[in-house]
Amino acid sequence: MSAYDKVMLARSKGRPTGAAYIENIFDGFVELHGDRRFADDPAIVGGLALLGNIPVTVIAIEKGTDTKERLRRNFGMPNPEGYRKALRLMKQAEKFQRPVVCFVDTSGAYCGLGAEERGQGQAIAESLMELSTLRTPVISILIGEGGSGGALALALADQVWILENAVYSVISPEGCASILWKDSKKVKEAAECLKLTAQDLEANGVVERVIPEEDFESAFAQIKELLAETLPGLIATPTEELLEARYQRFRKF
Amino acid sequence: MNLMGLFRSPQNELEKGGKEAEDAGIRSACPRCGVQLPLSDLQENMNVCTACGYHFRVGPRERIAYLTDEGSFYELDGDLFSRDLLGFPAYDQKLRNAKLASREKDAVVTGAAHIMGHPCALFVMDPNFMMGSMGTVVGEKITRLFEFATGTGAPVVGFTVSGGARMQEGIHSLMQMAKTSSAIRRHSASGLFYLTVLTDPTLGGVTASFAMDGDIIMAEPGATIGFAGPRVIEQTIRKKLPQGFQTAEFLLDHGFVDLIVPRAQQRETIGRLLQLHDPGSIGMTEEEMGGGLE
Repeated sequence: MSAYDKVMLARSKGRPTGAAYIENIFDGFVELHGDRRFADDPAIVGGLALLGNIPVTVIAIEKGTDTKERLRRNFGMPNPEGYRKALRLMKQAEKFQRPVVCFVDTSGAYCGLGAEERGQGQAIAESLMELSTLRTPVISILIGEGGSGGALALALADQVWILENAVYSVISPEGCASILWKDSKKVKEAAECLKLTAQDLEANGVVERVIPEEDFESAFAQIKELLAETLPGLIATPTEELLEARYQRFRKF
Repeated sequence: MNLMGLFRSPQNELEKGGKEAEDAGIRSACPRCGVQLPLSDLQENMNVCTACGYHFRVGPRERIAYLTDEGSFYELDGDLFSRDLLGFPAYDQKLRNAKLASREKDAVVTGAAHIMGHPCALFVMDPNFMMGSMGTVVGEKITRLFEFATGTGAPVVGFTVSGGARMQEGIHSLMQMAKTSSAIRRHSASGLFYLTVLTDPTLGGVTASFAMDGDIIMAEPGATIGFAGPRVIEQTIRKKLPQGFQTAEFLLDHGFVDLIVPRAQQRETIGRLLQLHDPGSIGMTEEEMGGGLE
């Protein structure tokens, strides 16, 4: 399968979206809304749930599953208030010593007038700074598209996992082809060059784990099992040690 | 890589600069008001249009000269240069061209300096090197600068100019946003001061990381500052952008910039802000402050 085939697969409509991961992996999800500053961004879903016996804060970028939902969710392209909601919930997780699990699936942070007026860049920058020293464990899982800064804002984590056919890139292959070669037909070549597949990312140390996708039921089960295995260890790690490891995780690039 | 290209001698009057260029009567047209400015006038006026106040883009060495106390700048990590990590088409050639255009090894210069007598760590990005795009070397130099400043207890002053992350280094460029943010957070948590000065243009991954992380955020008049580039937004919303959208003045109005300071006043304003974060220095002369970053 070519890199561009993977991009198409990562974007395909049949793929489960963030909400399906929450539903199938956790119990008793309570959704929480709003950034307490401007609005509630439907492109990001956040709240509390149980993973077995562990209370966790769960945050997922949600693309929507039908046309009406996709429009309402802005196709999973968050506005600044989405990142600010996520950060508010993460800070709460820190206060109550709950781990944070993020599901990332976005073509990128939204590029609109309102997003610029309300400081899209500032919202992502603040999220990155705060996550780098958030005093509770964070695991981020790339489940579809990992579009640049808009994805990274929820992926500065202790561990980053990725689904077998998900992608993660500094720019979309379309954007890359049009900027570098002024030729949208070179999109396949761009996808190849960007080294954006799960397998490339694992080889480059960008992700710790690639989760197989034979079918999504088994992917959900596997994520649940992996989280149940991994979270207790991270929770038991002294905070300073956890933060030092998180610093070194990104320092190596 | 062909390194010899970097050491060629100046080949025309413009490259030689200085007196010859002046005698040749070289002029630059102001991109905003169109006035023809003699190069010597422009240089004397810190590359600001004498007719309309337009701030031309300038390289790091000029800015360092405008800003720092004479002879105080000590460069750090000046030997780092980018490699083609991913085997990306034409990246090697682009790097070679950028080195020729900028006479720098990559898109940021970092070091220690004094500004109005106050010691600080300083980074200045370079519009002439792939429009200040952020790859591994830019991220590494800025991270090392913050680690150095945290270790020595120094404030950091940073001038940003960037089209965003460098595509040719793929995900490694994206990771620089996480790396720099983490180092800035450690500096901040040590109670140290970070001032950013956003210059034209500051976009993409640089806006969404270290540009917006300053305790105080200053901008140069008229600078384009945003997350998405203007063309990308126009393509997304299928409309022309309103006049003045994403300018420094627009960000000031929307609460994302503390103050706009023209180039000619930057040295004094930055010096004053450094003083206000170093109460021990108040009332001292520049000579008394002496010393530097060890």
